[in-house]
Amino acid sequence: MTEPFIDCPRPHGSDRVLLAHGGGRLLQRLVERIFVPAFANSLLDARHDGAVFPAGSGRLAFTTDAYVVRPLFFPGGDIGKLAVCGAVNDLAMCGAKPLYLSAAFILEEGFSLETLERVVASVRDTAAAAGVQIVTGDTKVVERGKGDGLYLTTSGIGRIEHDLTVAPASVRPGDVVLLSGDLGRHGIAIVAAREELALESPVLSDCAPLNGLVESLLQAGIEVHCLRDLTRGGLATALIEIAGTAGLRIHIDESAVPVAEPVRGLCELLGFDPLYLANEGRLIAFVPGAQAEDTLQVLRAHPLGEDAQRIGEVRAGDPGRVTMTSAIGATRILDLLTGEQLPRIC
Amino acid sequence: MKYVHEYRDPALARTLADQLARQTTRPWTIMEVCGGQTHAIVKFGIDELLPPGVTLVHGPGCPVCVTPVGLIDQALTLAARPEVILCSFGDMLRVPGTQRDLLHAKAAGADVRLVYAPLDAVQLAAANPQREIVFFAVGFETTAPATALAVLQANRLGLENFSLLVAHVRVPPAMETLLASPNNRVQGFLAAGHVCSVMGCEEYEPIARRHRVPIVVTGFEPLDILQGVSRCIAQLEAGKHEVENQYARAVRPEGNLPARQLLQEVFEFVPRCWRGLGELPASGLGLRKAYVRFDAEKRFGLTCTVAEPASECIAGLVLQGIKKPHECPAFGTRCTPEAPLGAPMVSTEGACAAYYRYRRPLVPLAQS
Repeated sequence: MTEPFIDCPRPHGSDRVLLAHGGGRLLQRLVERIFVPAFANSLLDARHDGAVFPAGSGRLAFTTDAYVVRPLFFPGGDIGKLAVCGAVNDLAMCGAKPLYLSAAFILEEGFSLETLERVVASVRDTAAAAGVQIVTGDTKVVERGKGDGLYLTTSGIGRIEHDLTVAPASVRPGDVVLLSGDLGRHGIAIVAAREELALESPVLSDCAPLNGLVESLLQAGIEVHCLRDLTRGGLATALIEIAGTAGLRIHIDESAVPVAEPVRGLCELLGFDPLYLANEGRLIAFVPGAQAEDTLQVLRAHPLGEDAQRIGEVRAGDPGRVTMTSAIGATRILDLLTGEQLPRIC
Repeated sequence: MKYVHEYRDPALARTLADQLARQTTRPWTIMEVCGGQTHAIVKFGIDELLPPGVTLVHGPGCPVCVTPVGLIDQALTLAARPEVILCSFGDMLRVPGTQRDLLHAKAAGADVRLVYAPLDAVQLAAANPQREIVFFAVGFETTAPATALAVLQANRLGLENFSLLVAHVRVPPAMETLLASPNNRVQGFLAAGHVCSVMGCEEYEPIARRHRVPIVVTGFEPLDILQGVSRCIAQLEAGKHEVENQYARAVRPEGNLPARQLLQEVFEFVPRCWRGLGELPASGLGLRKAYVRFDAEKRFGLTCTVAEPASECIAGLVLQGIKKPHECPAFGTRCTPEAPLGAPMVSTEGACAAYYRYRRPLVPLAQS
């Protein structure tokens, strides 16, 4: 065997949507190729969870999100709770006080009305808990087989009641990165429910409205530079997106990132990296280094921030780069995944 | 987490690294066989703790990577048949065949499904008697027992609509081939702990003797790998060539006997073509005569396709440890996980993917 075989064929470009376009770098490419050029405007260019724009003497924030989760009910939540929290959290990440939501239901022919009522009740209860109202909506029905039971889209409007610009562009070298709690509960809860994994101690989704937590930061006078809720793609994807938009380098310490034992255990088994697992009730906050301790105290005083940790800081140079000190002390980069995480083979 | 945290202790890692530095008097080249170990090394930065002159080269132990294009093309041919539901593990679906990969075939209408275990495919067959369920069975000795179990289960259920495209491979023949090559520069091996947890350590004894190389059966955590390297270098420095078991908490000398019996019952050794290495005798597992009715190649009359020889991909050299991923001119530019030239850039166990994900040269995101 002196001349090894070289038998790798050419790569194949995508001319169709793949499931892998639902996340990671392929999603980023899809958005940049199709949506950004078509809709280009200064508000969209902020690349934030929602758009912030002047209205009268103040500013409003506006956001929208679609929900296609399977199963519809999972430990710790359901599609209704998820859809309300998603819109509320996107507004809160703009530094806004969420006020009004819309909800659009796409129903598949044959879907159980009893199940629909449960979802609607969950939407109602979560909205009440978050202090927002569902003020408009829409319903469509598609043929059997053309939808996965129920798809749900929410949009939301919130008011900004302070002078800060809470956005990736406000991040500065010297800022610290604070994480509000442990990672990966939602992703693991969904995988476990979907694959019917029998866990010794069930993992509940962290799904929760974060507007109260954000409000406590703003009321405490913290100079919040940027907030991001960690949804699909997890902590790593959020950091990479913010580093890219801010044009700065973010460095984190792996050993400072809290991950609960059952989540870590399942990650080890399945070959998942908790840094990329979905969350629905966690945020990262970028604040000036001098306010790190004060911010941690405020976060930890709130029930949704009890386990808050300082996980890293922002540095100048290497724009768009995210690096991490590994558990054994070496440094590596964090990169976007190509698509969704897949379970390991062996 | 018990049995994980202890093996990632930074202070202990430093102690082991210091010990390694003291025991090493000259340069050594060691190959970690398994792609899982490669990822741990690159992810945790374990190689940064090694003394200068000690080089880890990455081996062929990535099941997706070594599956040749011809077999992927066969899977694509099967997936194109309307009656077929083609199942495999996630990584396998992303590896390019000659024309496309299985995920693109799925997007174009083929019924391709990701399963977590071979038995899921058997369940699918039982639930869909009007469809043909084909499981694309990839993996080393670690995953093959689960495939064997699926065959026995399908046999027990009398399923007529379940078959396998078998791509299972064995580690020892690949190690023999690398050692016999005139290009070989590997002086010692970290053998794949998970493979040995099934097969035990015995089949490595003749390799160590014949080629006078130390072989240390090694685990996957940072301290495991550092200790594996340390034991390997201790042997090299002392001129020894023995099989040692670093991963004794998971590997018994005789392996997992029930799993080995499953393999013995269902499979026999067959020649198999490896990406990058060519056809190696007795390097694959094929269905025994008693179970040949589950062989998809025979059931569907597939012919072995010859792969297109093209492209600048150096997967073969990477899989033999002759080149490192970043030494490929296409690395990170014309070859990325989104548009891979070869399988090692696709798989979560592939060396190229590990370098891309954890160690890409620092370039701004907008240009990447």
